[in-house]
Amino acid sequence: MDIFTQQIINGLVLGSIYALVALGYTMVYGILELINFAHGEVTMFGAMIALAVMGALLGTDLPGILIVLMGLAVAIPGCMALGFAIERVAYRPLRRAPRLAALITAIGVSIVLQNVAMLIWGKQYISFPPLLPVVRYEILGATITNLQILIIVLSCLLMAGLLWLVTRTKLGAAMRATAQAPDVAGLMGINANTIISITFILGAALAAVAGVMVAAYYGLAHYHMGFLLGLKAFTAAVLGGIGNIAGAMLGGLLLGIIESLGAGYIGDLSFGFLGSHYQDVFAFFVLILVLVFQPSGLLGERVAERA
Amino acid sequence: MSMLEARGLEVSYGQIKAVKGIDLNVNPGELVCLIGANGAGKTTTLKSLAGMLAPSAGDIHFEGKSISGRASHDLVRRGIALVPEGRGIFGRLTVEENLRLGAYARKDTTGIRQDMDRAYDLFPRLAERRRQSAGTLSGGEQQMLAIGRALLSRPRLLLLDEPSMGLAPILVQKIFEIIRRISAEGVTLLLVEQNAKLALEVSHRGYVLESGRVTLADEARALLANPRVRQAYLGG
Ligand SMILES: Nc1ncnc2c1ncn2[C@@H]1O[C@H](COP(=O)(O)OP(=O)(O)OP(=O)(O)O)[C@@H](O)[C@H]1O
Ligand SMILES: [Mg+2]
Repeated sequence: MDIFTQQIINGLVLGSIYALVALGYTMVYGILELINFAHGEVTMFGAMIALAVMGALLGTDLPGILIVLMGLAVAIPGCMALGFAIERVAYRPLRRAPRLAALITAIGVSIVLQNVAMLIWGKQYISFPPLLPVVRYEILGATITNLQILIIVLSCLLMAGLLWLVTRTKLGAAMRATAQAPDVAGLMGINANTIISITFILGAALAAVAGVMVAAYYGLAHYHMGFLLGLKAFTAAVLGGIGNIAGAMLGGLLLGIIESLGAGYIGDLSFGFLGSHYQDVFAFFVLILVLVFQPSGLLGERVAERA
Repeated sequence: MSMLEARGLEVSYGQIKAVKGIDLNVNPGELVCLIGANGAGKTTTLKSLAGMLAPSAGDIHFEGKSISGRASHDLVRRGIALVPEGRGIFGRLTVEENLRLGAYARKDTTGIRQDMDRAYDLFPRLAERRRQSAGTLSGGEQQMLAIGRALLSRPRLLLLDEPSMGLAPILVQKIFEIIRRISAEGVTLLLVEQNAKLALEVSHRGYVLESGRVTLADEARALLANPRVRQAYLGG
């Protein structure tokens, strides 16, 4: 087996999930200059809602794929409502407050959501039912499963759709205008509050899909899963240049690949001292390096230009 | 009846009162200018008329209805457009996207198409640069874009905040020519200008603003002849 190719494939799968979540961070930051730390929890809710729906349908004789789709069909609007509510309840009243107040609130919302999830679904891991028969394909000496292909293809479609929305539609132009100069956008007849709500809703929809992907990929979901996932996706957004949509996509994919390659070779790199369970350190290593050497990320502009 | 009428308008930034109770009216079809020194409160006045700042006291009526405290995204739909000080171009959007956003509140697709063509006729330079990002335009081109964009909302009242600011004399002439043309097409205009002479020459009436108060209001011709105005704003 070719470890390098295998880790690139695994990295692309992870990376496309990170990218979907990173988009939510970056879109909100682009408009409000707020880091919505509760976004990881929205992803967790996506997974949990979908699993709850799937669990309820498990006894029926519906085909497996349909059960998964129904889980998604409930998780997506559920997360959209959650994203909308978070902005309305927690962030909007603080729109004119100092940045630190909003940041602390974001962390607070994140903790509240974790606890709500724990109260509803408990502390135990919830397993993703084996509804999707696994098919393996061999390419270039590595293995790729049908689920991995599905995750990559679906992520690409969603990202292409988002890019189309943001760059080619009237709503997208209004979003970019609001991000750049909300006062002037108002003069055009754009209601900044509406645009901000839409931004949260779109990010949450992508997070819901990502949450279901993670649960399907690892076969598990847990009330605490949003924390690490959110932090990694935030890292991906910073790596790409926070506020930049293409950057979040690039940052997500890159981080996924760095992490996989790192996990694949960490044993060799550390002379057998560290095992692949140290995979998570790479994200934070990347985050620190970016913040120190290139805080505007790969595609971001220098902060002064944003003013 | 006046198209726009402000009574006892006051606007504050926190504790600082920038506009201290002004009365002002604009009749349909008129071109009225507001002149005054730096910091007199001209921009603050326009911003409150356009809904960007809420007045702390007083009343604003537009076409007979009170609009004080209404947000700008609402006022555009009622027919008020503002070309803000400093132009307010969306630099990362293309010229075409900027123009289209001017028509954001409209639904009449064919009308918008026609008005886009009209804007490109009025400003051929913009037509050449329609796919370019607006941040790369020169100052004069950006001002034309800002005016063209405001016209795309089909305003009945157009507020212009220092459209000639920072432009070369030849472009200043061109901008004033365009203001005359917009006025001749029946749009009511309220113009704020540092260049008091040119502003009074195109206007029907004028207001002089000093430290947040209206100190003079008259026919533009009379203000041009007024010794006090000549001395303070027209260079003697
Ligand atoms: N955002 C703000 N916060 C606090 N004070 C402000 C703000 N904007 C303007 N001011 C103050 O309000 C007063 C009026 O300012 P305004 O911008 O309306 O003047 P102006 O007549 O447009 O001047 P200029 O000719 O320089 O554009 C000034 O004293 C200014 O310092
Ligand atoms: Mg001003």
